Amino acid sequence: MPRDDCRILSARFGRRDGHKLAVYEADGGYRALRKALTSMTPVAVRDEVKAAGLRGRGGAGFPTGVKWGFVPAGASTVYFMVNADESEPGTFKDRWIMDYDPHAMIEGAILSSYAVGARLCFIYIRGEFGWLIDRVQKAVDEAYAAGYLGRGILGSAYELEMLVHKGAGAYICGEETGLINSVEGRKGQPSIKPPFPAVQGFLRQPTIVNNVETVAAVPYIVREGAATYRRHGTEKSPGTKLWSVSGPVRRPGVYELPLGLPFREFFTQDLGGMADGEELKAVIVGGSSVPVLTADEIMGVNLDYESLAEAGTMLGSGGMIVVPSRCDMVELIQVLMHFYWDESCGQCTPCREGTGWLHKIVKRLRTGAGAPSDVELLERVCDGMMGLTICPLADAAVMPMRSFLQKFRHEFVALAHRPEIAQPRSRWARQTNEVVR
Amino acid sequence: MDETATQGVFELSAAGQARLEGILARYPTRESALMPALWIIQDEKGHIPPAGIAWLAERLGVEPARVWEVVTFYTMYRSEPQAKWVLQVCHNISCHIMGAPDILRHLEERLGVPRGGRTPDGLFQLEGVECLGSCGSGPCLQIGKHMYENLTPEKVDALLDGLRGGQPPRADTDRELEA
Repeated sequence: MPRDDCRILSARFGRRDGHKLAVYEADGGYRALRKALTSMTPVAVRDEVKAAGLRGRGGAGFPTGVKWGFVPAGASTVYFMVNADESEPGTFKDRWIMDYDPHAMIEGAILSSYAVGARLCFIYIRGEFGWLIDRVQKAVDEAYAAGYLGRGILGSAYELEMLVHKGAGAYICGEETGLINSVEGRKGQPSIKPPFPAVQGFLRQPTIVNNVETVAAVPYIVREGAATYRRHGTEKSPGTKLWSVSGPVRRPGVYELPLGLPFREFFTQDLGGMADGEELKAVIVGGSSVPVLTADEIMGVNLDYESLAEAGTMLGSGGMIVVPSRCDMVELIQVLMHFYWDESCGQCTPCREGTGWLHKIVKRLRTGAGAPSDVELLERVCDGMMGLTICPLADAAVMPMRSFLQKFRHEFVALAHRPEIAQPRSRWARQTNEVVR
Repeated sequence: MDETATQGVFELSAAGQARLEGILARYPTRESALMPALWIIQDEKGHIPPAGIAWLAERLGVEPARVWEVVTFYTMYRSEPQAKWVLQVCHNISCHIMGAPDILRHLEERLGVPRGGRTPDGLFQLEGVECLGSCGSGPCLQIGKHMYENLTPEKVDALLDGLRGGQPPRADTDRELEA
């Protein structure tokens, strides 16, 4: 149930047959592409997106138009990639765009490719989204048949090929250099930057990687103009953001909000508060990799990049995980540490070893085998990981770990000092050495 | 790697060959076609056998080790035959909060195997997996392209009974396959 006052990305969510080309066109689809190809230069498209202040919605929040500007002028071969490897725990917004509005993403990808001068565009979709890959592929086929892709698009001199690339189960491929290496047919291990992909990426050529949500906002900006886009949101965080909300609230789902909305208003009005019998304990606001906020903290924040940074966390992917009071925070951090350990690509020692140690130490606390020194040990391991690796996966594990330790320290200390309160292990636990039981 | 296994005969069907030719024509380098090519093999054979790796390496002009490292890096590529139905239950944070541990325990009891195990009849394989992107509709489990959401033990029982009775998977997301 998106808010009515700012439906840019979610306007077509739930629209019957909205994923089909004919319905998208009837709703004004591909008008932005027509406008750009008949009356705008690639630089004009880039400048419009820059003026709109659109920031990357995958997590980093880097200004999109600025990123596009890093492609060297006069580059002969440029590639564009849509990052649809949505795998950040708690995040399912791109899934909704691809489900309800695949043509918005495709039109945005064509416009973005035009702006950066790309003639080959990949849409990299995580392999687990099997049914969405079919859906997007069908939409791409429709776009080819209608002349929006291929040679001489809409009678212009512009040509673009689009390939839907199926991932195969690796969180790290959501990192842009990991994604590029993956498309090159390699392990999805990130590369050291610089060189930045915009200068040297896929096949050593300039390559721009943008998130689905970022790309899907481009048709609106081109069609309506930067000024109209900036009517939503704040000065520094213009526009709207999709939030995917999970956990026991009354109405979980994907919501489009103007940036800067107070969390309290969103929580009470849109989400309807907590589900029956549940009480709010904490919120991880921007996907599992950002610091957790306690119930008290979250009630005072506004949902935009700057306010969340001020509160000591990050907007991230907008994957909002609502934690109820019945949850044991040590148990939840074990779930997350297992995840980062599982998904570490193994390239950098601090991450490969550190994520495993964090998981092991939390696990032994939970199984009653911990020691009082373990709480400090966890902090020391974090110190040996943060900022010391090629990509931010290690940081992504450390940020929740440190914030859980800081804000819910008593739960860790209680387990470290009184191992007898640890959870009994289930029948299979000894056999499988698996994650949380 | 077993030397004899890599020398076994491997062939793709005519349809698989055609798919591969299509991919090779569209990807800018042969090496960049590696992931889609592996999908073509796995879609057809159910897994990627050692002979298929050697075959593909030659086809793409890369060392077999390059293909192996990709197959083993990505969790969705399987180098061994799989059970008929691979049940992948999300055990990440949102699903965990909404009851994934109960669903996993229930499946372990019903199937009589732990996570990572396979039933002796080769029908089911149970796996705990990381986030499937169904966080607002958890707990969830996936069988191939079929995503089952808002799971309860009752829904799980109905699913298992259906599959045992020979019914094909039919999940919440299948409306999209039909549309």
